[in-house]
Amino acid sequence: MSAPTLVDFDDVVDRYDPMLGLEVHVELSTNTKMFCGCPTEFGAEPNTQVCPTCLGLPGSLPVVNRTAVESAIRIGLALNCDIAPWGRFARKNYFYPDMPKNFQTSQYDEPIAVNGHLDVTLEDGTVVRVEIERAHMEEDTGKSLHVGGATGRIHGAEYSLLDYNRAGVPLIEIVTKMIPDTGARAPEVARAYVTALRDLIRSLGVSDVRMDQGSMRCDVNLSLSPRGSGILGTRSETKNVNSLRSVERAVRYEMSRHAGVLDAGDKVVQETRHFQEDTASTRSGRIKETSEDYRYFPEPDLVPIAPSAEWVEELRGTLPELPWERRARIQREWGLSDAELRDLVNAEALDLVAATVDAGAPSGDARSWWVSYLSQQANTRGVVLDALPITPAQLARVIELVTSGELNNKLARQVVDGVLEGEGEPDEVVAKRGLAVVSDDGALIAAVDEALAAQPDVAEKIRGGKVAAAGAIVGAVMKATKGQADAKRVRELIIERCGA
Amino acid sequence: MSPDSPSSGGAITRDEVAHLARLARLAVTDDELGVFAGQLDVILGAVARVGEVAADDIPPTSHSVPLENVFRPDERRPSLTQEQALSGAPAAEGGRFRVPQILGEEQ
Repeated sequence: MSAPTLVDFDDVVDRYDPMLGLEVHVELSTNTKMFCGCPTEFGAEPNTQVCPTCLGLPGSLPVVNRTAVESAIRIGLALNCDIAPWGRFARKNYFYPDMPKNFQTSQYDEPIAVNGHLDVTLEDGTVVRVEIERAHMEEDTGKSLHVGGATGRIHGAEYSLLDYNRAGVPLIEIVTKMIPDTGARAPEVARAYVTALRDLIRSLGVSDVRMDQGSMRCDVNLSLSPRGSGILGTRSETKNVNSLRSVERAVRYEMSRHAGVLDAGDKVVQETRHFQEDTASTRSGRIKETSEDYRYFPEPDLVPIAPSAEWVEELRGTLPELPWERRARIQREWGLSDAELRDLVNAEALDLVAATVDAGAPSGDARSWWVSYLSQQANTRGVVLDALPITPAQLARVIELVTSGELNNKLARQVVDGVLEGEGEPDEVVAKRGLAVVSDDGALIAAVDEALAAQPDVAEKIRGGKVAAAGAIVGAVMKATKGQADAKRVRELIIERCGA
Repeated sequence: MSPDSPSSGGAITRDEVAHLARLARLAVTDDELGVFAGQLDVILGAVARVGEVAADDIPPTSHSVPLENVFRPDERRPSLTQEQALSGAPAAEGGRFRVPQILGEEQ
C-alpha cells in the first residue's frame, strides 16, 4: 500500500474543522471478574485465572459483580451523568478467538450512565467542556499471541495462542459526544481530556488507570469537514493509543492524513486503524463492521440492572474529593497563583508535592524540588516524574535535613542524587558520602580567617560596614570546605571576625 | 433494544442468508441459500405474529423470570488449574490455547 499523503498541520486547520470523539476503556481493579469469581491479577501464569463461565463452557452461568456495578455508577456520577434506572446487558456477537464465548457481554442501547460532562483545563488555563455521551459496562477480552511470520504480528502468523486470564475482567467504556470547534487545539484537547479522565478515575480508586499496562486504553475517532461547512466527514477510529503523548500524536496524524485524502478528491474510508508508536502514524486495520453485523440482542442469562434512587444517592455519598475540588483546595491552602497551580499540574507534580507535604515538608520547598531539580532529573533520564526512584517521604527527609541545618542546598542535591542512584535512604547517603555540613565553628573560623587574609581589600570593605561584600568571602570559604559548610553560618562568622 | 430481524415487509432474500451465514462462519451451499431463506421466512412470519397482539402499553418482556439486580459479592472463587482449563482444547502450547491462523480480523 502506498504511503498516505500528509498535509501540513497548519494548512489542515486553515481549511478544515476537526471533529473529535474519544472512547476510553478502563479496566476496573475489582478482586474478581465481571461475571465470575476468577481473580484479575496482572501477569499471572496463562489460563490460571479462568473458570467454566469465563471460558464459555456449556452449562455455566454468569452472575454480575456488585462492586463492578457500583464502580460504574460512581464513575457515571463523577462525570455528571444520569444513571439509568433500568438496563440490560447484551451480547455482541463476533468470531474472533479472544472471546471464547464467541460474543462479548456488553451494554448496547441501555448504558448505565448517560449525558454527562467533564471540564478539561488546557495547559494555558483554557477550560473546554467535553460532553459525555455514555459510560457502559462490558468485559475485557483474552490476550492473543501470534506465532510465526516475520513480525510476530497477526499478518503472516501461522497460528495464535490464547490466554484467557483477562477475558471477563470488568471494563467501563466511556464515550464522548463529538467535540466540535477545537480547531488547531484538537490534539491538545484530546490529550487533556484523557489526562483529566485518568485523574478523575484514579481519585475514585476504581482502577489503577495505567496506560502502559493496558488498564486504560484510548480509541480516537476523527473526521474533518471543510471549514465552516458543517458537513460531517467520514470518521476513522484509531486504536492502540497507549500513552497520553500518543493520543495527541494520533489526532495530529489523522488530521493530516484525512486532509490528504480529501484534497485528492477521494473519500475517507470508515475503518479501524492502529497507531504505530515508533513512527507516530496509523495503519489500516479492518473495514469496520456495522453494528448490525454484531447482531446485538439482550443477554438471556442475566437479569436487568435497576439501581434504585437510594442506592445511587448512597454511592454519590461515597465520592471522594474530586481532582478539580482538590486542586482548588490546594491552591487555597498553599496560596498559589493560577499560574503556579497550572505549572504543578502540567508537570504532573501535584500528587507528589501533596504527598511530600503530607510527609512533613513545607509546601514551598516540596514544590520547588519537584518542579525544578527533580523535573530536570526526570527529563535527563527520559522518565515521567513519578517514575523517579525517590519517594515523597525520602524527599521530605532531605528537606528536613536542610531545614535543621545539617545539609545546605548543594549537599541536599547530592543526597537526592544518591537516593536516585539507589544508594539508600537519605540518611544512609549522607553517611556513605560524608555529606554533612561542617558545623564545627573552629574549622570554619580557620577557613574564614584564611579567606579574609587572602582578600584584604574585601576584608577592609566589610570592616568599613559594607556587609554586602561578605559574599566573596562566603564563596571562598564554601570552596575551601568543598561546599560542606552552612553558608548562613559562614556569613555570620565573617561579620563577627570583621567586627562589622 | 433495536430488533435485529431483517427489514420487515419483504421476504428474506438469499443475499441476506448469505450475509448471515458469513457472519456466523457457516459454509452454506447455493442450494441451501434458497432452502434456508424459505425456512427463515416461515420462522420470522411466526414471530411477527407476536407484534399483532403487542400493543404500545405492553412493555417488551426482557426475561422470562421477573427478577432484577441479581448480584454476587466481589469475592474470589477457585479457578480451574491450567491443566483443567486446557483439557478440552484440541491443541495447546505453553499453557495457552492454540488456534489456527486468524485471517486479518483484528478486534
